[in-house]
Amino acid sequence: MSVSSTPTAPGGRVIARRGSRVGAGRERPPAGTSPTAGYFFVALYVVLLVLLGIAPVVYAVDLALSNQGGLGTSFVDAFRDYRFVPAFEHVLEFTGLWLVSQTILVVGLTLMLHNLARRVGAAFRFLFYIPGALAGAASVIVWLFMLDPSASPFAFILHWLGYAQFDNTIAPGNLTFIFAIMAFWIGAGGWIVVMYGALNNIPHELLESAQIDGANAFKTALWIKLPLIRKWVVYMLVLSFAGGTQLFVEPTVLGSAALGVGVSKYWSPNQLAWFVASQYDNVDEAAAIAVVLLVFGLAVAAILVWRGRLFEVE
Amino acid sequence: MALNQRHLMRVVGLAVLLIVTAFFVVPMIWLFLAPTKTDGQLLTESPFAFGSLSTLFHTFHRIITYGDDSLVIWLKNSAIYSFGGTALAIVAAIPAGYGLALTHFIGRRALLSITLVVMIMPATALVLPLFLEINKLGLYGTIWSLILPFGFFPFGVYLTYIYFSSTIPKDLLAAARIDGAGEWNVFRYIALPLARPIVALVGFFAFVASWNNFFLPFVMTYDNSQYPLQIGLQQLIGSTASFNPANYSAGSSIVVLHRPDLAMAVIIAVAPVLIVFLFAQRALVSGMLAGATKE
Repeated sequence: MSVSSTPTAPGGRVIARRGSRVGAGRERPPAGTSPTAGYFFVALYVVLLVLLGIAPVVYAVDLALSNQGGLGTSFVDAFRDYRFVPAFEHVLEFTGLWLVSQTILVVGLTLMLHNLARRVGAAFRFLFYIPGALAGAASVIVWLFMLDPSASPFAFILHWLGYAQFDNTIAPGNLTFIFAIMAFWIGAGGWIVVMYGALNNIPHELLESAQIDGANAFKTALWIKLPLIRKWVVYMLVLSFAGGTQLFVEPTVLGSAALGVGVSKYWSPNQLAWFVASQYDNVDEAAAIAVVLLVFGLAVAAILVWRGRLFEVE
Repeated sequence: MALNQRHLMRVVGLAVLLIVTAFFVVPMIWLFLAPTKTDGQLLTESPFAFGSLSTLFHTFHRIITYGDDSLVIWLKNSAIYSFGGTALAIVAAIPAGYGLALTHFIGRRALLSITLVVMIMPATALVLPLFLEINKLGLYGTIWSLILPFGFFPFGVYLTYIYFSSTIPKDLLAAARIDGAGEWNVFRYIALPLARPIVALVGFFAFVASWNNFFLPFVMTYDNSQYPLQIGLQQLIGSTASFNPANYSAGSSIVVLHRPDLAMAVIIAVAPVLIVFLFAQRALVSGMLAGATKE
């Protein structure tokens, strides 16, 4: 995956902030409509949902559990695979680094932009948001250029850090940091837009009364604005965590550069699952790894839908 | 003292803002200037210098004709997969969102909840299970292995649901029913014409998500003639001398690309999405906020 999948989502980044209790309190659907009409309208979508949303999950679970060696053998095989733990360590390390830096910077920048004149803030938001268009392989290639000390406009920083050659920069020890930079470059702008939208929902009277009470911009940001956008920060953290565990595009594309010899073909769990499926035809172990990753995604989604109260389901 | 402190805070804030802006903007500027220069000029001239238009045309011609017009093939494939997936997403999501918002049937709430769960779950979590299933169904390597998953777009259903729930006056639909219009005619002649903005929005999001998708086509395609641009870009890295020097050895028959060629390919690959971002920014942002906040 591309972690750009921010509110996307990443994709991706599709799922930024969706409605805060949108339409809360509205009436029930009209009673006069025929129930069969409802089934008719959702029919095609339900077919796609069953075929492409539910069936693959059921099939993957079935494959993972129905190994000839016995129930759960595939999971045992996956956990015992010498590449399994390092792959999860890599993505957890990456996700931790990315989430902490993204949270601090996105929240800080949003609060900063909210204090600027409306048009100036809009211009900055636009500039931060545009790299999101390069999600996927394109952004990795852009950062291949940026990390190459011989051509990069950031060469002075790379040289200052002691990196004279491209292969020095993309040494294995730097990968989590590099992937975090890529993910931040693509995704942060979208989240800033989302947070900014949430800040705009704060009543003006509240901010004015804080000002009258003598609070400066910093105190207003810290004690009034931040607590009011807290749930969106949590939303970003939870969603990004789920997205981060799915890392795939960045290590795969970076590994395509022969100089990136330090990027293994099973650096992340998704890569490992694909590797064992495509190289060893071991679909059972691949399914088991996919199920473990699915559990992360499903757990996060279920928490947000049923506990997070961020979405309107009436 | 307080004034000085405030002044200092303002300067520090401005400095941080400028550094962050440089981080976001400099790679974009560099990318768009790179194809105007030769590889040698990229190493010696200022990163922000403009090369020449003739170099730009030369670079464009070299990359577009590279490998028996591979880029054109990938571009065509990307268009087929993305437009096919987007069309299916619209045809499935708009009526479904309407049905969830404005009709009543058993299982409606359950369907809405499942839609939300699948929507929030990272799409990539489904890629390997999808690969295993598509493989089993014998669709591997066909265009349906990409168009069908791209057309399954729960986010579009949710956006449409929110739109129909909050913007269509129910009295209008009720009046049409009293006048004898059937459910399909109510949807076709009243709701749908009012839903053009949401059709466009779902289309934008579905298109961007499909066009930029890497993981799904990576596992579902196996041949140059099937690759979309995202996978094509990865192939081009293998032919780029600075990233794969072995291909640059004397006497090698492989056509070698250079950094400006790869930059040009990236620009061509992202151009459709970039245009959507530039010209539909307001619509995209409003979609991300799902109409719940005021700008």
